[in-house]
Formats: sequence, structure tokens, C-alpha cells
Amino acid sequence: MQHLEESYDVVVVGAGHAGCEAALACARLGLETIVFTVSVDSIALMPCNPNIGGSSKGHLVRELDALGGQMGKNTDKTFIQSKMLNQSKGPAVHSLRAQADKQNYSREMRMTLERTDHLTIRQAEVTEIITEDGAITGVKTFSGATYRCKAVVLATGTYLKARCIYGDVSEYTGPNGLKSANYLTDSLKAHGIEMLRFKTGTPARVDSRSVDFSKMEEQFGDKRVVPFSFSTDPETIQKEQISCWLTYTNEKTHNIIRENLDRSPLYSGAIEGTGPRYCPSVEDKVVKFPDKERHQVFVEPEGIHTNEMYLGGMSSSLPEDVQYAMYRSVPGLENVKIVRNAYAIEYDCINSRQLKPTLEFKGVDGLFSGGQFNGSSGYEEAAVQGFMAGVNAAMKVLGREPKILDRSQAYIGVLIDDLVTKENNEPYRMMTSRAEYRLLLRQDNADLRLMKIGHEIGLISEEQYEALLQKEQSIEAEIKRLESTNVGASKEVQEFLEANASTPLKTGTTLAELVRRPELNYVMLTTIDKNRIELPWDVAQQVDINIKYDGYIRRQKQQVSQYKKLENKKLDVTFEYETVKGLRREAIQKLNLYKPMSIGQASRISGVSPADISVLLVHLEQLRVQRSLEKKGQEDSHERDI
Amino acid sequence: MKMNTIAAIATAMSNSGIGIVRISGEESFQIIDRIFKAKGSGDKKLSGEPSHTIHYGHIFDGEEMVDEVLVMIMRGPKSFTAEDTIEIDCHGGVLVTKRILETVLKYGARPAEPGEFTKRAFLNGRVDLSQAEAVIDVINAKNQYALKSSVSQLEGSVSRRIKDMRDKILYHIAFIESALDDPEHISLDGYRDTLMETLLPLKEELQSLISSSDNGRVLSEGIETVILGKPNAGKSSLLNVLLGEDRAIVTDIAGTTRDTLREQIRLDELSLNIIDTAGIRDTEDVVEKIGVEKARSAAEGADLIIYVVDGSCSLDENDEEILNFIKDRKALTILNKTDLKPVVTKDQLCVLTNHPVISISTKERTGIRELEEEITAMFYEGKLDFNDEVYITNVRHKNALLEALKSLSMVEQSVQNEMPEDFYSIDLMDAYELLGTILGESVEDDLVNEIFKKFCTGK
Repeated sequence: MQHLEESYDVVVVGAGHAGCEAALACARLGLETIVFTVSVDSIALMPCNPNIGGSSKGHLVRELDALGGQMGKNTDKTFIQSKMLNQSKGPAVHSLRAQADKQNYSREMRMTLERTDHLTIRQAEVTEIITEDGAITGVKTFSGATYRCKAVVLATGTYLKARCIYGDVSEYTGPNGLKSANYLTDSLKAHGIEMLRFKTGTPARVDSRSVDFSKMEEQFGDKRVVPFSFSTDPETIQKEQISCWLTYTNEKTHNIIRENLDRSPLYSGAIEGTGPRYCPSVEDKVVKFPDKERHQVFVEPEGIHTNEMYLGGMSSSLPEDVQYAMYRSVPGLENVKIVRNAYAIEYDCINSRQLKPTLEFKGVDGLFSGGQFNGSSGYEEAAVQGFMAGVNAAMKVLGREPKILDRSQAYIGVLIDDLVTKENNEPYRMMTSRAEYRLLLRQDNADLRLMKIGHEIGLISEEQYEALLQKEQSIEAEIKRLESTNVGASKEVQEFLEANASTPLKTGTTLAELVRRPELNYVMLTTIDKNRIELPWDVAQQVDINIKYDGYIRRQKQQVSQYKKLENKKLDVTFEYETVKGLRREAIQKLNLYKPMSIGQASRISGVSPADISVLLVHLEQLRVQRSLEKKGQEDSHERDI
Repeated sequence: MKMNTIAAIATAMSNSGIGIVRISGEESFQIIDRIFKAKGSGDKKLSGEPSHTIHYGHIFDGEEMVDEVLVMIMRGPKSFTAEDTIEIDCHGGVLVTKRILETVLKYGARPAEPGEFTKRAFLNGRVDLSQAEAVIDVINAKNQYALKSSVSQLEGSVSRRIKDMRDKILYHIAFIESALDDPEHISLDGYRDTLMETLLPLKEELQSLISSSDNGRVLSEGIETVILGKPNAGKSSLLNVLLGEDRAIVTDIAGTTRDTLREQIRLDELSLNIIDTAGIRDTEDVVEKIGVEKARSAAEGADLIIYVVDGSCSLDENDEEILNFIKDRKALTILNKTDLKPVVTKDQLCVLTNHPVISISTKERTGIRELEEEITAMFYEGKLDFNDEVYITNVRHKNALLEALKSLSMVEQSVQNEMPEDFYSIDLMDAYELLGTILGESVEDDLVNEIFKKFCTGK
């Protein structure tokens, strides 16, 4: 039988948030790229909540944008409401969250893909990976066609052997009734890849005409919207926003759930996958927090061209009739009509410790992966991994150095390091507490942290890069000026301080010292700062934050320099830990399992003690000295030969 | 913040004539400048002096003079560790040497990890390649010891207090972090007051732990002394006499002491951690069997073994086993029950053992003085060492307690300055981690687990 055979540089499997970023990155770097999806109509689908961003996830999107990714730009084009969360808290935890119009989001992303050169979109199910001598050479689709390539990025999301469940109803489909991918798992297993089974869930979608919003609290967007993308002009996105609504569950709801727990597949044992603790189903909440009298329910629009509303906070896998009963017990939802049922979904994913920090499989050369397939959760987590996997696949094909972000550079670095280094028993979600250097990893300075790297990769334009350098210089100059501008206890200054409830000056000080006062800030000082030249808002913001939190920032920078020392000591994946005398057995086992890329990574593996790290350091030094002695010996004998 | 200049006592913790405290790392000179005053030459700063010179003067802790010392300065790379290194030679004696180390730590160094000087020397290319394995052995041996002493000697009440503090701290971090991750579900309104209500008692608790447990010594320090002997030889009676109280249960029934008892006694300048053990003999009684095993393992790690012989009955295979066991260890033999009709004599014992033999009667309290004098003499003659690992572990513990207190003070300061809440959890986390090092616990996923356990967050 004749089968189609084509050749590409990179094959991307899946066109969700990870797949789109991977495909765009590769194609934009000039590589012939093909992206496969089981349905072209579901490119960049948002099968769960209609939000992009949120605490720490907003950081991911900003970082992705600074590197040259698409998610931020796409959200700026399609959001219908936007909020900066945590504004009353420190700048490190400010985080953007937007409600996206789901259909628009998906369509906009699809159009971006379609307009990108070197990028081919193909509707087909990839069923096999093909390797030669442990290296990837192509993939096969369900029809038998072969696509030869130099690298593959797997971004299959929740589609592998997916099963959707509510009550005793169970269907082998992907999210939203889409076709699942049932063959690839076996091919991966045949290549020695360890698979896991995870689960997640989503609430019902309801018809807005059946909702009584008068019984709910209206939730507005911010008056002034901050864009996700550094390349979006804020002026262009100030528009009328759509509201969300807040209501609460009550004892009646909880009783309905309790009475029907035996009909929930999560509790009857019909679901085997491990679910995430951070987005519990409403039945989980009721069981785990029995003392809580009510839980919040956010009623959010799915878009502007639809009546559908998302019931945030009430994901469930209870049977249809119980779903009706429990939703209708919530104020404002008494007569609600369900459009789509809530359901749980379980799917195959990998144990992510099989990956290098480049997101390439340690065991299969040229095979990369990103997104929920790696055991994460969330659109944003998926997008950044897809991007990094795509970039590293491209670097490999182009024969360039891989790009790895570490924990001190980006939330992306924290996310990937956690995935490849830690035991992961549930879908991994980004959280601000996971980032130990979060005062440095702010959403406001993602461009300053990462745009140079994006430029190096080749996904940030010269123009953007020049603007960044300009911004850097302005910030530095202005900080210097404030640090060295003295302020005397003049009448004007004292009056200004008094007016702002700030202690009057006894002796002279600097403008910078005044910025550091909790009750003052850079912008407020405009009145007494005579030589100030007006600077762009983002420059002013950086000046303010850097001066105000200077002490904390310096402390974290010192911690980072300690951290970097171990991070810079590289380990080889082929390193044989059995040969290191003095390592404890448990450490040898764990090190062999994870095959860390640096001493720093090794030190974060559970079961590897500080003493083991000391032993490793000594051993490495021993090897280094031995090698340099051998080399010297060779040179000497070479000289003798001459 | 992690400090990178390390310090430790380089000499054995015995009553030798000289004690040396060694400092190594970038800040060595800054630290010595803070605490050293040269004799007669006014403001001489050692940082301005040439390398490999020796200086005479005094170590000061603020206004208080600690000791008269000689200080040797060596700039890297020409030193053992190839880093800037300072050696402070003091008058010796355990107490003075310790005071100097504590002063050095107070002014910016941190206690060296087990084997860290050697490790640094090696990593900086100062130790010959052939010694690499020896370096690894040192690291492993010292770590094993530190680990063992940390776990086994941490007093129950202390570890419970530390654990309670950690639980409280973790709860608050988790609360703050949940609110940051999910601001629409969890509010931090009015939280500052709540935090302060927990913070102040926590600080007091830490403070009391630091001052109450003998200057922050969490482990009982001293010469690990194990009393061995056949059942009913009078081991517990000896302990009671030394302690001057009826602490161990003493009966005429062989096998009364089923577990090990631990007591601390002071003789002049040195302290003994005395462990009374169940008598060594073959036994079928399960509870007692555990006691016997404990006795053996305690004796294996001991600095000094006191072997008690019942003079009123003849030596048997149990005594033979003990004699064999103590042959190459530091030990004393005690001939007890000299008030009864002697079956075993001192001369007889002197032939069987190369250790000193002392006759006593615990019942009539004779010979106790001689025993005390003998132990003290052994120490002053340098035959006995303090187990410095225990001391060093203590130094680390105390350092961790002090640093944790500092972190909590920073939280307090941030609250007072009305800094945003996310700043609090950074210093709270530091305190949590520092206290964890005392219990030998790592942090891993504690926080994330606590967040999910205690707070209902998420879509």
C-alpha cells in the first residue's frame, strides 16, 4: 500500500496552547514546521475556564511575551475584561488576569498560525514516533502517512486515551467531546517512556438567560487596563469591559452533594487518575472543608457571541440530575439551564523527570515535550513549556546552544526545574510561593529580565531590543540621579511632607530616601523634584520599585549569587554515580533516576543530602584534576615526539 | 542570608595548653578587624597587615575582653583552604576557646559544616589528588556523626518546642501565600494584627530557648561516658552516688535498668554525660534485650567507658566480653562492693586490663573522690577529649536559633513599616527553614502541602 511521505524540520503534535507556541517559535526561526491537531477547529481551544493569567500565571504570560511568545498578544486582542490582582500587595505579586473571549481567542491564534511562513497545519492523529539509534526521525499518522523530521515536540494536552466522566456516564473522548488520541501512548511506552494517568475537571456551562444576576455581586474589570504584551500600546486596548458575577454555595448545596457522594465517580473509585489539589471539584471542597459554610461561585462569560457562562468554583463529576439540583440551590441559579455538563477528564501524561531542563527526553534524542502532557495544568503553564520545547527543538536542529532559564531568571525556570527535578504526583500548577526569588521575578520587569534572551533566540526584533536598551539606560540614570539629589529641609519640602502625613526632615536627605518612605513614592515626589524630566510610565515604575525595595532586592540578589555557584557546576547525563565512592545508596538511586544536569539541580532532588553534594563536588574536582594532568601528560609526550 | 565565611575550633576539645580557632572565607579580615585589638599599637587593623604575619593582642566582644591571643593571618591562595584565613591562638581550655569561636560567629562567620575546611581546601586545589578519598571519608564520617547526634541527643522537650514553633510559622506562611495565590477567595484584611499576635510570643519562645538551654546549647555537651557492667554490679548506684540523688531505680533484682538513663554531672571544668545502661548479659526478656542492645551501641560511641565490677562475685563470661570490648577504648575499671567479702581483687583486675582500676563502695560511698580525681586527671593529661562534634552541632543549633530570631524580627519590622504582606512570608520562610535545620528536616513541599491542607483555594 502506498503511503504519503513528507519531510519537515520540526513536527509539533497538538495545537493547544503549548503546541501553538512551539510551532510558532520553530517556524518563526525559519524551520519548516508542521503542527498536527485532531481538529483544526479546536486550535488554541480553552476547554476549561475563560481566563488567561492570574496569580503567578500572569507572570508566566508576561515572561513568555518578553521571550517572543504569542499568548500575551493574543490575549490583548481578545480579552473582554482585565484586572491586575493583588494591587494592595507588593509589586512582586501583582498579577494580570484577563477574561478572554474563547472563540475569538481560538480564532485569532489560528489566524496567526495560518499567516506564519514555514508553518503547515494538518488535521490528523499522530499514532507513532519513529526513531533510529535512539534519535527521533519522524512520526506516523493514523492514515499511515509518514512525516520525516529532525525534531518532534509532543504537546498532546489531555487527549491521550482521554476519558470524560460524570456520574455513571463515561465517554472515551477528549475535552468538549473532541476525538481522543488513543494510539500514541503505546508507541511512547514501546520507546521506554514512563506514562502516568492524571485527571482534572471542569464545571458546567449555563445559559445566561436563565441566570438571575440581580442576586449576585457584579465584578468589574480595572478602570485602566494594563496589557499583557510589552509590544501592545496600552492606549489601544482601553475598551468597554464585560462584567463577571459572584454568588455563593450554601448548606443546601452542600447537603445535596453529601447525599449524592456515592454517585460521584471520584469517590466511588471509577476514576483512577490523580487530581489536582488546587482546583478541587466542589464535592472535594465540601468533603475536605466541612466547616466552611459557603464557597464562592464566579459566573463568567465565555465570550461576547454566546450566552454561555462558566461557573467558576463548581467543577464536578456528579451525575447530571445532581448537577442540576446543586447548581439550582445557588442564589441566582434557581432556574438555571445547563448548556454543557460538568465533567472530570482523565488522560495519559508522562513522568516529567524523564526530561532534561531543555524539555528534551533524556532517552530519545530530538524528542521534546510541553504542556499538560508533561504533567502540568493550566493554559499558561502549557504555553511557556510549549515555547521552551519549541525553541530548544529549533536550537537542536540549527546546531545552536540550548536555552535553559533557571530559577533565578524566570517563573518559567522555576516551573520547568520543578517538573524535571521534583516528584510530581498531580497536575502541576504555578504558584507564587514556588518562586524563591520572587522579588526579582516580577511581572513588571519581565522584559528587563528576558527580552535579551528572546533577542538572542531570534524571536525579538531589533527594534524592540533597541527600545529595551534605551529603557534600561533611562532607569539606571534616573535611579542614580535620585540617589545623588539632596533635599534640604526647606519650607516647601516640609509642607509637602506634612501634606502627605510624612515626618518632617530634621537634616538633609536624598530624593531616593524619600521614595523609600512607605507613605511616599516616586510619582508623589514630582512636586518637590525640580529637575525631573518626565519619563515613560514603565520607566517611572521601575525606578520607584527598585529604590523602594532596594534592601530586599539586594538580599535576594545575594542569595541568587550563592545559588548560581552550584547551578554553574554542570553534570553529564551519562555520569555514572555508582563509581563515586562515598555516595549513599539512596542518593545513587535518585541521581540515576533523575540524571541532573547540574550540581544545583542534584541538590534539589529529594533524598540527596548536603553531604552527598559535598562528595559529588569533591569527586568532580578529582576528575577535573585528573583530566588536566592527563592532558598535560599527552602534550608533554607530544612535545617529545617532535 | 547564607554567610560564606566559616569558622571552627581547629584543636581537639581537650584541656590542651593551646586552642586554635580558624576562620576561612572572603570576610575573614572584616571579622577579625571587628574583634581584635592589637596590643600597644592603637588602631592597627589586621586587614592592613602583610600576609603570613603573627600579631599579639586581645579578642573583644564589644567592650568585653575575651582573651589574650596570637593571631596569624594568611591571605588566599597561600593558605590551607586557599582562601583568606585567620587563626586565633588562645590560651586553651575548653571554655575560652568556645568563647572565642562564639565571638567570631557573632561578628559574621557561620559554623563550618562537617569537613568543610578540608572540602574547601580540596576544591581550591590545595589538597593532593590522592587524598580525595580521604576527604570524602571525612565528610561522610563527620556528617554521619552530626546527623546521629542531632537526632538522638535532641531533648524531647526542645524538639517539641521547635516543632510547635515551626508549625505555627508554616501556618502563617501558608495563609499569606494562599491569599496571594487566590486573592478573590482569601482576604488579608486586618491580618497584620493577627500575625503580630502570633509573632511576639514566637519571638519570646525563641528567646527563652536561646537563653534557657545553657546559652542555646540544645544538645547536652560533654564527655560521653557510659557505665557498663554485668547486671546488678552497681552501675545505677554509682550513677546515683555521682549525682547525689536517687535517680536510677536501684533494686537488688538483676536487670532493673531496662533502658538507658542519661545524666550530666560536672567535675571542675569538665562535664560528663553519663549514660547508665542495662547490664550486658544474654537475655530473652524482650524489653531488656532492647536495653542491652542500646547499651552496646552507646558504648561504641562513647568517649569514656566506666566498667563496674561486682567485687563480691567471681568474674564470668559476661565480664570477659566487656573486658574484651574495652581493651582498645578509653576506659576505667571500678571494683565495687568493697564493703562485702572480696571475691575479685584489685590486683587480679590490674592484670586483666591496661586501664586504671579504682576500688569503691557505692554503699558506703568510699573511693568516689578517687574516681573523680582519676577522670579529671585523664582529662588534664590529654587522655580524654570532649566530643567536639556535639559541641559543633550545638554551635550550629544556636546559630540557627539566633538567625531564626533575626528573621522574625525582620517580619516584625516589615509589619511595623506597613510593608505589603508578601514580604512577610519571605522572612517567615527563612525562620522556618532555619528551625528545620535543627531538627534535621528539609523543607521540600511542606508549604504547598500546608496550603492545600488548610485553605480551600482554586477555581
